[in-house]
Amino acid sequence: MKFKFFPITLFIFFIIVFSIFYKGLKNSNIYTPNLGLQKDIPFFEATVFNSNKRVNSDEIFDHDQFYLMNIWASWCAPCREEHPFLMDLKKREKLKIIGLNYKDKKRSAKNFLLELKNPYDLIISDNDGTIAINWGAYGVPETFIIYNRKIIDKIIGPINDNTILKINEILK
Amino acid sequence: MLNSIGHYSLIFGICFSFPIIFYSVINFRNSKELDKKIIFFIFLQFFFVIVSFLGLVFLFIISDFSNETVFNNSHTTKPLFYKISGTWGNHEGSLLLWLLVLTLFLFLFTIKSKDQKKEYRILTLLFQQIIIIGFFVFLIKNSSPFNYIYPIPDEGLGLNPILQDPALAIHPPILYLGYVGSSIIFSSALAATALNYISKKWAVHIKRWVLVSWVFLTLGILLGSIWAYYELGWGGFWFWDPVENVSLMPWLALTTLLHCILVLEKRLVLTSWVVILSITTFTLSMCGTFLVRSGILNSVHTFANDPERGLYILIFLFTLIFLSLFIFFVFHKSETKNTTSFFWLSKETSILINNWFMMYFLSVILIGTIYPIFLEVLSSEKISVGPPFYNKLIIPFLIPFLFAMTIGPKLNWIKSDLKNKLNLIVFLIISFLLSYLIIKDLKISFLINTVLIGSAFFLFFVTMRDFMKSKFRNLSQSLGHLGFSLLILSILFNNIFSSEIITNLKIGETFESKKVSISFESVEKKEYQNFSAVIGKFKILHSDGKIEFLEPELRIYNQPNIVTSEADIKTNLLQDIFMTINLVQNQEYFNVRYQIKPFMLWIWLSVLLISFGGLISFLKKRQNEI
Amino acid sequence: MKLIKYLVIIFFMFNLSFSIAQSKDLKTKIAKNLRCLICQGQSVHDSDSEFANSLKILIEKKIGEGESEKQIYDFFRDKYGEWILYDPIFNKKTYFLWLLPILMFMIGGAIIMKKFFIKK
Repeated sequence: MKFKFFPITLFIFFIIVFSIFYKGLKNSNIYTPNLGLQKDIPFFEATVFNSNKRVNSDEIFDHDQFYLMNIWASWCAPCREEHPFLMDLKKREKLKIIGLNYKDKKRSAKNFLLELKNPYDLIISDNDGTIAINWGAYGVPETFIIYNRKIIDKIIGPINDNTILKINEILK
Repeated sequence: MLNSIGHYSLIFGICFSFPIIFYSVINFRNSKELDKKIIFFIFLQFFFVIVSFLGLVFLFIISDFSNETVFNNSHTTKPLFYKISGTWGNHEGSLLLWLLVLTLFLFLFTIKSKDQKKEYRILTLLFQQIIIIGFFVFLIKNSSPFNYIYPIPDEGLGLNPILQDPALAIHPPILYLGYVGSSIIFSSALAATALNYISKKWAVHIKRWVLVSWVFLTLGILLGSIWAYYELGWGGFWFWDPVENVSLMPWLALTTLLHCILVLEKRLVLTSWVVILSITTFTLSMCGTFLVRSGILNSVHTFANDPERGLYILIFLFTLIFLSLFIFFVFHKSETKNTTSFFWLSKETSILINNWFMMYFLSVILIGTIYPIFLEVLSSEKISVGPPFYNKLIIPFLIPFLFAMTIGPKLNWIKSDLKNKLNLIVFLIISFLLSYLIIKDLKISFLINTVLIGSAFFLFFVTMRDFMKSKFRNLSQSLGHLGFSLLILSILFNNIFSSEIITNLKIGETFESKKVSISFESVEKKEYQNFSAVIGKFKILHSDGKIEFLEPELRIYNQPNIVTSEADIKTNLLQDIFMTINLVQNQEYFNVRYQIKPFMLWIWLSVLLISFGGLISFLKKRQNEI
Repeated sequence: MKLIKYLVIIFFMFNLSFSIAQSKDLKTKIAKNLRCLICQGQSVHDSDSEFANSLKILIEKKIGEGESEKQIYDFFRDKYGEWILYDPIFNKKTYFLWLLPILMFMIGGAIIMKKFFIKK
């Protein structure tokens, strides 16, 4: 009896293992955590880019409108690619775009904006990258969509034809 | 032209499966000796795979970019050595290497097993042929290295510069000889089970194949670790990364199998277990191939991940598993009961204990590697299983394992009393005393480190003494175990006594500490064949007056466009000095890492010693037969 | 005799100059336990990417503010998920992960006991 029981259980066990691996193959391998969504934005303090003024997140995200927070740097190539999209979004009403200048040199950043134009309503500096970490970002570029001091969604990587649709959808 | 030769050679190769199977089936049933035609066709199959493989190699050498694989993985400015090694540095080429080793081992087995029964030889080659056909089909249908692209590009997409390292270049062929070589053990075990041939004679015969596979697998893993240490720039050699684990698991199964075969040679026991281990080793190899190439795991591996390929391997893998299960449960007859009781103090028992612990270690690594996949499928949660997990579960169990390894070889077969007890006790006391003296002033967990180092020293002293005393009797065992004790000791001391200084320096600046001062003297720029180098020149002044110069590099490659950090490593018998520099985005200073890594050389040497032990055992057997 | 020779060699080796490690400080310990999320298989400590460097600065800040190791791990777990921690947590989702190997060990022991030591 025992001898027949064992192979059958083993057989079933392997069928289960196979199914799990099979299903695992079908899943996408790109890990985009849905953390932080619908959560309150992290409180932080930062220096405004062009001056020595300090602001905090309560002051920045004050009004009843949509905000985009875009993490960018002059040394980041994909940031150049997404720039036209940002200039486009600037034209929208009821949307403010905040730029988080990530680990950048003032002069290089200024030159970047001079060359490509400035889409931001406000730029704050994140010299050591810790503010970005507070937001749960991975690096540059990354864009957060904020409403009511909550993170509605985020885009990892540059804004492109695909992801702009997501933004447009939310902004309706 | 070469491309067609390569492609059609593969087609010829798989065509030969037909006559091989046909004549084998006939020959199996008739009463004649092994049909020479079968050997001939097996050779032809192997020959055409070689032709195909060499075809691909030449395509890489001449940088023929009309071939898709060459285009994706090579570049005209690549040095010749790395053009050649680029052949197997990609998915399709490495599969062709798999096929080469599979057919090679089949051929070697066929001609080297003349002293075995014909039915056994035929059945083995048939099982091996099933595996070979599986790979042929996979290669030709899904992963052909001979696809054309048009229009023909002028330049290739280049090989990842991290792969342009001598150790890594030869790592796949060596590793595969072990990894894929275990296929013949698999086929042989299935054949022997089906014919009720699991016996002492079979054990003696298969042991040589186990040794070959084991030695190459050990060396292959060593090369991979050496590459990681010299190339990847973090100063470590083992990270419990899935790809590393995937090579270690068959090694554990194979080592366990080796020890069981030692028992089976002497007594007809553990037969079921030997078959299970034989099946498990190759299954783990296939499983590893699946995990690494299918994209299901996140790791440092370079092969492009493709779920469709993963699916094929998955189905093939489970076909082999179910086939093995079927053969085992239908055909295997375990030995009669009255021979299976062991005396508690005997060599058999100590090998059983070795098995027990090795299988435990194997299960830790297997579960740690696969669990995240299961969890993600079943609950959509993603977790990481990293070094802390493996360390916590493995290290405590190393202690009894080391003890068993020390005492075990000293016991006799069947029944033993422990001779030379006084010697052992003296060594034991000295080991723990030494360990205590080393650990007591360090700020690390006292008890476990003392006991761990003490046990490792104990193994070391005992095996060292055995080695000096018994000269050539059991040389392979002494070397293997001595090597292992050295390995554990080196790793432990390396871990405990490593130190590191991380600092940011501009050119001209100096870092000062009590023990050392690091001066960033200058930077030199140099142009090479396919990269430009930024070389940092450092002067290290030790507190005892010794001065050293180190020159870590940053390499900027053009194709593909990436920057790598090349460590400068100064090695001596006692320690390595390991230095890297890194650019800090948008700043004028460099990030400098200066590490002292004791006993690195001993880590490599001890693994070499272990493989050498295996080699001695292999050569000894051949002598006995002459 | 030979034994003494061995001892002398070993002692000699350890008295030569090589640096003894400072105790691994907390920042290194934490950084080694965090995965660099934009690298392929490296810890934050080992990586030199921007992400890893920012993380290291933040860890140092938090240690300075007096946060405990657990608090720091909780913070990063909150931001990035369990994936960032190399030491898998022991909760109901990972019971099997930690306990299954131990179970295998005990089963192995039981098999050996049963099969081979029925009669002594």
